[in-house]
Amino acid sequence: MSSVLPHLPALQVVVPLFGAVIAAFLRRGAIAFVVALAVTWLMPVIAATMLWQVIETGPISYAMGGWEPPWGIEYRVDLLSAFVLLLVSAVAAAIMPFARQSVKLEIDESREAWFYCMYLLCLTGLLGITITGDAFNAFVFLEVSSLSSYVMIANGLDRRALLAAFQYLVMGTVGATFYVIGVGFLYLLTGSLNFVDIADRLANVGPEQFSAMVAALAFVSAGVGIKLALFPLHAWLPNAYAFAPSFATAFLAASATKVAVYLIIRLYYSVFGGAIDYAALPISEVIIVLSVAAMFIASAIAVFENNLKRMLAYSSVAQIGYVTLGIGLANQAGLTGGIAHLFNHAVMKGALFVALGCVFFRVGSCMLDEVTGLGRRMPITMAAFAIAGLGLIGTPGTVGFISKWYLAQGALDSGSWLLVFAIVASSVISVVYIGRVVEVVWFREPTSKAVIEASDPPLSMLLPLIALTAAVVYFGIETSASAGLASRAAEILTGALATGVPPPGAPQ
Amino acid sequence: MSLDLILRVGTKLILPFILLFALYVQFHGDYGPGGGFQAGVIAAGTIILYAITFGIRAAQRVAPRIIAERMVPLGIFIFAGTGAVAMLLGGNFLDYSVLAHDPVHGHEWGIFLVEFGVLVTVAGTMLSLFYAFVERGR
Amino acid sequence: MDILFDLAERYNYAATIFLMVAGLYIVIARGNMVKKLVGLSIFQTSVYLLFIEPSKIVGGTAPIIDPDFSVYSNPLPHVLILTAIVVGVATISLGLALIVRINEAYGTIEEDEILNNGDGG
Repeated sequence: MSSVLPHLPALQVVVPLFGAVIAAFLRRGAIAFVVALAVTWLMPVIAATMLWQVIETGPISYAMGGWEPPWGIEYRVDLLSAFVLLLVSAVAAAIMPFARQSVKLEIDESREAWFYCMYLLCLTGLLGITITGDAFNAFVFLEVSSLSSYVMIANGLDRRALLAAFQYLVMGTVGATFYVIGVGFLYLLTGSLNFVDIADRLANVGPEQFSAMVAALAFVSAGVGIKLALFPLHAWLPNAYAFAPSFATAFLAASATKVAVYLIIRLYYSVFGGAIDYAALPISEVIIVLSVAAMFIASAIAVFENNLKRMLAYSSVAQIGYVTLGIGLANQAGLTGGIAHLFNHAVMKGALFVALGCVFFRVGSCMLDEVTGLGRRMPITMAAFAIAGLGLIGTPGTVGFISKWYLAQGALDSGSWLLVFAIVASSVISVVYIGRVVEVVWFREPTSKAVIEASDPPLSMLLPLIALTAAVVYFGIETSASAGLASRAAEILTGALATGVPPPGAPQ
Repeated sequence: MSLDLILRVGTKLILPFILLFALYVQFHGDYGPGGGFQAGVIAAGTIILYAITFGIRAAQRVAPRIIAERMVPLGIFIFAGTGAVAMLLGGNFLDYSVLAHDPVHGHEWGIFLVEFGVLVTVAGTMLSLFYAFVERGR
Repeated sequence: MDILFDLAERYNYAATIFLMVAGLYIVIARGNMVKKLVGLSIFQTSVYLLFIEPSKIVGGTAPIIDPDFSVYSNPLPHVLILTAIVVGVATISLGLALIVRINEAYGTIEEDEILNNGDGG
């Protein structure tokens, strides 16, 4: 056992890669599913072990290929990355059993194995972005996860899935290329690609190079901003999530944007944080304004959306707004709220999209007017939907409340009552769109034939849903795991920020 | 059919040299420009040239689609497997030093194996892409 | 005038920026999907130049130790861009594959025609 422990960072990425290879080689849907299930269930074990190691002994550094950092690629696990690794792998593990029936229904049998292969590659990429300590390696993993997610989305039943995948491909590639341009500037400035090393060297760049540093910051912000669907850059997300296969939507909604958010936190706080005094630049203000815009505008669009998957997709854009609000506030409580909301939103959206996947499995549609009265036919599914929806609203006793509480506190600490009001007011909008669905499915008589014949889905789909819904409630009451870790991570991150005097040459 | 005689004979003449050049690029990669990626593209180019001249059927008799598609994961398996073997021998993932009796030879072996994996994957990918696009239109 | 001299002196950067902006413009302005991909490809290529230009030293050779040479180019950006090229190949081929499927499903590859059918969502 002790000989495996030091290799866990590599295994976290290599095992899903091997899984993808096996799935592509054997080409049988059933075998590929078993491989994917085994790999996905192993991931949280590895991630949890590393989290425990990090808490006990501090950050883990793994030199890829034996090349010591900063020369070689370093895999670096600190509290934040261990937290995100555990979040991604645990939610994926919870959703995985749901995949079998759902994929069987929605994907052509000859493509099933390829679909699982793409899923495993996407998991490889997402875990890779989180674990790597190398800026360019992060780009490669970003593209691995993006390319495989385009394929997953294009496999949707509706022909509009193809268009959504193409639009995502164009925007995603532009985003990734912007990120590389930013990394290129960083490399030209510092001669290094290792995040820690870049941060050390950026602190020493001269005033004449300050504008290059700001340009690098702008490029990576825009690039990763597209990937995480920051408000005006979110155009790809609603269609991609609405027309992708149910399993892909649930998995991507719970993990892909979260990992992009992780990357931006890493860049803002660990890489640029020590060199750029954010008080001298209007970055916080821009992020806060965009976040608040996302919270209101995207939520408002969700209210009028008839396709439930699209409604939840717009709600995702709004929820990302809460996370970026926490990043923009850049104080202890605000960042805690943002990081905790990463976890909480992943759990809630995972549960909601799995519930919609169950609805699609039985009814064959996710349109609001075609699921009238479904609550009586699929009571467990719709009850889970309602509970997870309560979490989205931020009802006390659910996870959503915890993160919004911290965010409100962060807003107060920065002295803005207006932001507290915005957080509460945008939650009211989510009451409207969730309440609308709850009203239609629970308080009306079933009309369509498909609904009358529907029943709760098989256990393999129901168990993931119940597990995720239970997590929505459990982590809303027992907060030490999610909010506690997020708070410690936020403490470390804000501690690394440059404070006081702006660097020489900064525009005053 | 008879009009493209020069093309057919010319292709047959040139094919072995293209393949040889692919191998040269592959194995000379340590000393000059080259490596698995370029070699893989050139190697796949031979089959694609063959397919363009003699038709897709003839090409698929030489390199069946099923093999081309299996080559993609196989190459990644060789690459990741090299890394895993290094791990089993006590080094870090992809640490070539432990692959042979001394680090320099280990690196030679490691680079050789990884580049071979890249060759297999890239050739397989290019060929699969070509087949996939060609067979769409029919 | 000074700015023109600056540009002429750093013509390589001017070329990079021109390609970058031109590529991005094509991606945004063109409705034809193949043209969009062409623009995307140009945009990516400009980034290859951004990395390669500063790392190539005139007269520098491949960094393999040899008594005859003393000036070496930095190999790392070249390797990075080799990776980026592979990523670019994968992106473009996936994009083209999607276009083929879109053409089969919609009968057109003009984005506005698809959206005008009220089907783009």
